[in-house]
Amino acid sequence: MPGGGGVTDLSARVDALLAQCDPATTAPQEFLRARFDAGLARVDYPVGRGGLGLDPVLQETVDRALSAAGAPGNDPDNNVIGLGMAAPTLLAFGTPEQLDRWLRPLWTGEELWCQLFSEPGAGSDLAGLATSAVRDGDAPDADWVVNGQKVWTTLAHQARWALLVARTDPTVPKHRGLTYFVVDMQAPGIEIRPLRQITGETEFNEVFLTDVRVPDAYRIGAVGAGWAVTQGTLMNERVQYTSGPAPRGSGPIGCVVEAWRAHPEQRTAGLQTRLLELWVDAEVARLAAARLGQQIAAGQPGPEGSAAKLEYARLNQAISSLELDLLGDDGLRYADYTTRMPVMEPEETKEPGWRYLRSRANSIEGGTSEILRNIVAERVLGLPAEPRADKNTAWKDLPR
Amino acid sequence: MSVGDLIYTDTEEQLRASVRDLLADRAPWPAVLARTETAEPVDTDLWRRLAQLGGAGLAVPSTWGGVDASWREAAVVAEELGRAVAPLPFLGHAVATALLLELGDEDLLPAVAAGERTAAVVVRAATAAHENAASVDLRDGRLHGSVPAVLDATTADLLLVRAGDALYAVDAADARVTPAPSLDRTRPIADISFDGAPGTVVASGPAVDEALAKALQIGAVLLAAEQLGLAQRCLEIAVQYLQTRRQFGRLIGEFQALKHRAADVWVRNSGVRAAARYAADCAATDAADLPVAAALAQAAASPAAELAAQECLQLHGGIGFTWELPVHLYLKRAKSSAILLGTADRHRAAIGDLVGIPAVPTEGAAA
Repeated sequence: MPGGGGVTDLSARVDALLAQCDPATTAPQEFLRARFDAGLARVDYPVGRGGLGLDPVLQETVDRALSAAGAPGNDPDNNVIGLGMAAPTLLAFGTPEQLDRWLRPLWTGEELWCQLFSEPGAGSDLAGLATSAVRDGDAPDADWVVNGQKVWTTLAHQARWALLVARTDPTVPKHRGLTYFVVDMQAPGIEIRPLRQITGETEFNEVFLTDVRVPDAYRIGAVGAGWAVTQGTLMNERVQYTSGPAPRGSGPIGCVVEAWRAHPEQRTAGLQTRLLELWVDAEVARLAAARLGQQIAAGQPGPEGSAAKLEYARLNQAISSLELDLLGDDGLRYADYTTRMPVMEPEETKEPGWRYLRSRANSIEGGTSEILRNIVAERVLGLPAEPRADKNTAWKDLPR
Repeated sequence: MSVGDLIYTDTEEQLRASVRDLLADRAPWPAVLARTETAEPVDTDLWRRLAQLGGAGLAVPSTWGGVDASWREAAVVAEELGRAVAPLPFLGHAVATALLLELGDEDLLPAVAAGERTAAVVVRAATAAHENAASVDLRDGRLHGSVPAVLDATTADLLLVRAGDALYAVDAADARVTPAPSLDRTRPIADISFDGAPGTVVASGPAVDEALAKALQIGAVLLAAEQLGLAQRCLEIAVQYLQTRRQFGRLIGEFQALKHRAADVWVRNSGVRAAARYAADCAATDAADLPVAAALAQAAASPAAELAAQECLQLHGGIGFTWELPVHLYLKRAKSSAILLGTADRHRAAIGDLVGIPAVPTEGAAA
């Protein structure tokens, strides 16, 4: 396999790339394309697809060397869905033609992606979604016509492409009648409405699809096989890449300890008890993340990732709530409820009221805490699944 | 500061398997329960057997009669003992061993490490590492005084007690050891009094206090591992019941209200495992962070073990409240362990001091 020689060969490739494209004189986009073509985008991607088929742990070496040489990054903040969800889904289920078209501009950040999954009537019960895709005619490669409404769509207003799950057969049970597509967000019939949220920001969007035409060449996987592809995407959504644990006392708990030290006049015995309990829980969560990282590095990944998200949500909510209590009068202030686009920056730099409000989403987004507990109970502990009334009923016959 | 190795080594897993086999063979729960109703709740035969396998001196170098492993391995043994609510003086003996090891004692350590002599440190069982350990008086070269509620002292033949600025070794036969009725019958405590008992000086000076604090920290580390084992076993027992018990025409494990509670226990246990492993690694490597790590492990493990035992009982319903299932053994062990070597609250307070989360200013302090 090219590049199979490991780190030495990898360093040689990095040097060759830097020799060929000096970051100081090459346009950022140009550099990122060359980097993709050199197999240094993601070393674990396949050869010819931006990678070298190597162990993903080698990526850090490449990133460090290129960043030290002043090479541009690929804007991971806005590209989070493209890199985190779209790329792995395309790699696993896409055709060579689809990969040729979408992978490189995705990775370079030239084309951003969003994800048209959730609907007002289908959140935790995602497979119950109602957006329809109907073939326009009988030809096997006929276009699809999509109608429906999606919601909670991050980056819809900036994305060029969307991952879409739609119902192509309402006459079979819900999991079997779904098909997965890529949709051009510039296609006629797509209307994007920003959705204002609890913080005042418009982080998410509603997306209305009215007679949107999707070429059959944009279908990912077989007709009716959309649920399996969706599962692949969701699994990637929940994977957390940890490049080593954050330092003790960093993150939200650090903010609240800071507030404790800065406001001796606000201290009470009760608040100290709450703070110490949360400090312990945050440190335990940090060690648990470190342990999970070590397990993954040792090739023995455990199911602790589900615990991590549950604990993160619980802690973030409790800590940000305590922080407001600690601030007293200042906890009553909130600087900016104007309707605005969110700015991607670390939570620690935001105001405490924002942290309190935004953290309410942590137990809902990316799988609610209730759904995660079901996953732990059923897949980790082996408890029986809840009986389902809708498992064998055609989707069209389900009560709605 | 970097985080040490938090996953189990192959050697540790092998040790776990052999201890688990031994306990399954020699201490199944009905036998443990039956023993709690006798005058000798501690299984001294099994303790001797564990000591023969090296279980009494895992962290002691071979030059002093130990097996050259570390507190990491000792913690794995503790996990298994917690799983089985094993009635052994492992914890009290380990604190005494740690104390002798810290003081560099060469006279007593070989017999203690080999388990030929079982030792106990004479302090109140609820003493946390950062608190002052009890001491007795020294008059005319003899020891006088009493200490209540001493851990694992009923079967010890060597007692280590502080008097003045020195640590003394006392033959248990020279002290009055009164077993006290205890909440956890698998781990008896004893009231000890000395009435002119002869003692041998083990060490003196500030080193004694430092060594006592360190030994109690190591005790807290091992106790956290034991609590982890207990919590994990309680969850297994509960899950097994949820998978078999039917009500309303369904397995009760299908009910989301119950499965979410089981999931919460599992999440807590996952966290405790990381904290307990970190503490064990700090003890094994003599890391500077041991005081925080030990207090953290206790602050996390005590409430988690109590939760697991309590949920195990509640998820069983009425049958869980009876003498006929092992659940009560686990609940009693979990509750008494939550007090032993300092409650979670005391350990959290210690953490506040160690990491700079200062307490409430006291009235008038500003003036």
